[in-house]
Amino acid sequence: MNENNNYRMGLRDGLPIGIGYFAISFAFGLFSVSLGLSCIESLLISMFNLTSAGQIAAVPIIAVGGSLFELALTQLVINARYALMSVSLSQRLSPSVTLADRFLIAFVNTDEIFAVACGKNSLLGRKYLFSLALFPYFGWSLGTLLGALLGSVLPEFLTTAFSVALYAMFIAILMPVAKSSRPSALCILSSIALSCAFKFVPVLSGIPSGIVIVIIAVSVSVVFALVAPVPDNDPWAEEVQE
Amino acid sequence: MNPTYFFTALLVMAGVTYLIRLLPLLFIRRRITNRFIRSFLYYVPYAVLSAIAFPAIFLSTGSLISGILATVVCLLLAYRGKGLIACMLGSIATVLIAEGLLLLI
Repeated sequence: MNENNNYRMGLRDGLPIGIGYFAISFAFGLFSVSLGLSCIESLLISMFNLTSAGQIAAVPIIAVGGSLFELALTQLVINARYALMSVSLSQRLSPSVTLADRFLIAFVNTDEIFAVACGKNSLLGRKYLFSLALFPYFGWSLGTLLGALLGSVLPEFLTTAFSVALYAMFIAILMPVAKSSRPSALCILSSIALSCAFKFVPVLSGIPSGIVIVIIAVSVSVVFALVAPVPDNDPWAEEVQE
Repeated sequence: MNPTYFFTALLVMAGVTYLIRLLPLLFIRRRITNRFIRSFLYYVPYAVLSAIAFPAIFLSTGSLISGILATVVCLLLAYRGKGLIACMLGSIATVLIAEGLLLLI
């Protein structure tokens, strides 16, 4: 099988991801400072995590000085899917990828980078993967910093208006999924119903936000994995074409 | 914020996230064929995003009314196939307009 190890192709494939990340992380930066984190703290979180849902769940926990156990558990559940992506990716790496490279590649294995890399019908070389990750990484960091800086100078009514953007983005991601298959739509609707119950039912509303997300994610996903397992040809299961 | 707490929290979250990504890349060379595990991990992100977005989006703005209006506008835009940026800008505009009108009343 041929090998894809081209800097220019990596940069070209990474540019649209980087632009998308910039917009999302800009909203994240605004969100983060609106909850009381500083610009530098917001930036550090983005530079060291590179995971949208995980970061967005973590900021409210950190902002109220929540427990580190809650934080770790939240990240473990929300980000568990990366383990599966790393498994798939490890089978696509070309022999040019050294052990040291794997430590760096793991750091930048996001949903979008994974999806683009695995869409290539070839083995993936180190130069391709590193150049692919370049724009997304800097887009994510720079967007966070600029969003956080803007959030700390804007008047409060504007930052509250902008904080809706982050959730709007989630709806934009979820809607095509909900339209694509009935089980996915039901999974989304049940999660929303449970989340509202945890917020508004008096006995449940005292549970910390991270734990709520963990309970919902695990219970809903177990039920739907049993009732409506995904077909074998889903993108994460793609095997290398011989 | 207490810097010790912040940096410990940063280390915990970055460490957990990194290890999830790293360990399979180092140690697992076979693909996961278990259908239950793959299905479970397929549903997790959608359940998480739904649980984070709702009901927070209703409560994220200055008033419940503008939050609900922004949600409705966003749902309509997304349903009609509009992308990320359109949904984000549409909801922000809705909140600003709704909050402006509420001030006048």
